[in-house]
Amino acid sequence: MAAPLLEEIKQTAADISGIVRVMEVCGTHTVAIRRSGVHSLLPENILLVSGPGCPVCVTPTSYIDNALHLLETTKATVVSFGDMLKVPGSDGRNLAGYLGRGRVRMVYSPSELLPIAQDSAGEVVFLAIGFETTIPTVAAAFLQARRAGIENLYLYTAFKTVPPALRVLLDSPDRNLDGFLLPGHVSVIIGEQPYRFLEERGGVPGVITGFEPLDLLQGISAVLKQIARGEQRVENAYTRAVRPNGNPKAREIMERLLEPVDALWRGFGRIPASGLALGRAFREADAELHFSLPPLYNVEPPGCVCARVLQGRVLPTECTLFGKRCTPETPVGPCMVSSEGTCAASFRYGDLEP
Amino acid sequence: MSISERITLEHGSGGALSRQLTEQLIYPILKNDAYGELADATPFQIRGRAFITTDTYVVDPPFFPGGDIGTLGIFGTCNDLAVCGARPRYLTMGLILEEGFLTADLRRVLESVRAAAEQVGVLVISGDTKVVPSGKGGGIFLNTTGVGEALGDHLLSVNNIREGDSVLVSGPVGSHGLAILASREDLKIGATLRSDCAPLFPLCEALYALGGKLRFMRDATRGGVAAVLNEAVAENRKCGMEIQETAFPISGTVAAASDLLGLNPLEIANEGVMIAVVAPEAATEALSLLRSFEAGREACRVGVANGRYPGRVILETAVGGRRILDLPRGLLLPRIC
Amino acid sequence: MCLAVPMKIVTILEDGKALVKQDDLETEVDLTLIEDPKVGDYVIIHAGYAIDLLDLEEAEERLKLFQAMEEAG
Repeated sequence: MAAPLLEEIKQTAADISGIVRVMEVCGTHTVAIRRSGVHSLLPENILLVSGPGCPVCVTPTSYIDNALHLLETTKATVVSFGDMLKVPGSDGRNLAGYLGRGRVRMVYSPSELLPIAQDSAGEVVFLAIGFETTIPTVAAAFLQARRAGIENLYLYTAFKTVPPALRVLLDSPDRNLDGFLLPGHVSVIIGEQPYRFLEERGGVPGVITGFEPLDLLQGISAVLKQIARGEQRVENAYTRAVRPNGNPKAREIMERLLEPVDALWRGFGRIPASGLALGRAFREADAELHFSLPPLYNVEPPGCVCARVLQGRVLPTECTLFGKRCTPETPVGPCMVSSEGTCAASFRYGDLEP
Repeated sequence: MSISERITLEHGSGGALSRQLTEQLIYPILKNDAYGELADATPFQIRGRAFITTDTYVVDPPFFPGGDIGTLGIFGTCNDLAVCGARPRYLTMGLILEEGFLTADLRRVLESVRAAAEQVGVLVISGDTKVVPSGKGGGIFLNTTGVGEALGDHLLSVNNIREGDSVLVSGPVGSHGLAILASREDLKIGATLRSDCAPLFPLCEALYALGGKLRFMRDATRGGVAAVLNEAVAENRKCGMEIQETAFPISGTVAAASDLLGLNPLEIANEGVMIAVVAPEAATEALSLLRSFEAGREACRVGVANGRYPGRVILETAVGGRRILDLPRGLLLPRIC
Repeated sequence: MCLAVPMKIVTILEDGKALVKQDDLETEVDLTLIEDPKVGDYVIIHAGYAIDLLDLEEAEERLKLFQAMEEAG
């Protein structure tokens, strides 16, 4: 079933002169495109560039340092999604080293936080990272914990929202992007409205895209068609999952618990109103406040150009450290660390001449 | 005097309690004709060329759907012998128990060891037991060293692989690692995920009869089939492999669970699956041989060795794209991102 | 950041949870984020939570579209 879509893509690409750069924002898209082999099927003038939609990649290293600090100086249990456990802090140590000793627990779902907190005598701190797909699940779990009378659960929040980062990319003076593949599951929550600014003057087309191989091809075809015709719309190619108004109930739960704050993105620096933190009524559960954790800061390892890779300006293969000093086993920067990072995906799935 | 409910440090110290544990629990379960008495060493005979292998099992949790550390300890080591073209004959078993380990659980493991050994037709003829203070082990660690007899003179090796050879897989992939992950993390992912832990010797013996047309076999344990395929091409520098993603048998349950956890079935450990590389003209016969066994029922051809990209495994994806199938890296942790 | 899969609700449990199924795989998820879920609905699961319903009509339409494309091509 892929053949007709591929044909469409080939024909549309042939109608466009020059190189077309489409940014796929979401880390899961980065991996899906390469893992499915769609990457290898695209015409030569179509360049898919990865963006900053990898929550692990855009979390500053100092966040891990602070989590390790918590483990060393308090008796708190640190709970995290699997994705964060292998990320090295500034001195190269990671949280996975603490798994066997019971101080660090891995969860697949935030709903596991309730029994963990209930069974713990001491403080339980959850490493709350993620974009709008994940944030409602953490919010729901935390509110459930509150209702159950649990008082020893703390959130160390580093939640981020996607549209502000897209805006930064769009407004950047030397931007070189012709269109976006917009994150399908973030859009399930937020709907189409937050992307409307793409339709303003100076914007580019954006297509909400799913993750199956056919979804990827459909999304790519749609954005190419818009580019070829000079259109500039927010389009939904994932209609079976994304409603125009997203999921209002999920957003209401987020708003009940959280409020917008400025956030520090690795690679981008501080982006105003791009993060979410605990609202006033819940601030005593904020780990950063409760444990007086040092504020986050960004420091890039020497030679690392992840900041520019995350913005889609540099391809992994153009980084001098890629594949040499920087590999999935010995990552230097965040793009190689995360299983969804642009550089990790490029390294693992390869840029092959078929 | 009966054995205490839990293992203590004294059970590993070589004194009276050690003797009691061996004589009253371990030896009665494992004794056989070749293990006639509890001596420091056991004599045995092997015909022709001998193969030896050792493996240590530290699986956590020790009991999981489809098996336990005892089953693994026997099948795993015997499979290592089998894929090298050797009939497993004798095993030793070293146990390291954590203080406080339940004696009833030890009995369960020993029963599994006995049953598995019987199934393979192998004899456990020597053993050792140590006990460590609690906090130093995951309850139970097990080492088995296995000795086998060569089935014939033909030595299997990755260096036998030539361009055009067929790459076969013996059965559905991804079960074992997922079963362990689900039970360890208490992932509430239903009881349908079971380890595929099984003895491969009968399949290996059948394929060995193909003589020189059988190039190489390896069981796809840690790192799954992706690891085996990569190891094969890394050592044999003349060839690479082209593999079809859709050719691998994968149960619906494994596919659904790996989707849910963000994992790739080709990278997940198995304990009852192997890769075999055969001459192209022997592929049909090899598949027919494999399929005559329960464990090989779903055997199929998944790809071909070729010279185009030596040292690399290229995957043709479901939509006809191509990408590298890399060596799995790092810990197997579920993703949500 | 967005790994999510569709599964079908087979049983609605107490305290806002449900049993969902895909092939032989059954797992428990939280329905707090879903408005008015029913047995037989398909939901998209992320990190143990259903994050929205799947629109089966849209899914069918899409499938028909692909099939038509295939026949035409």
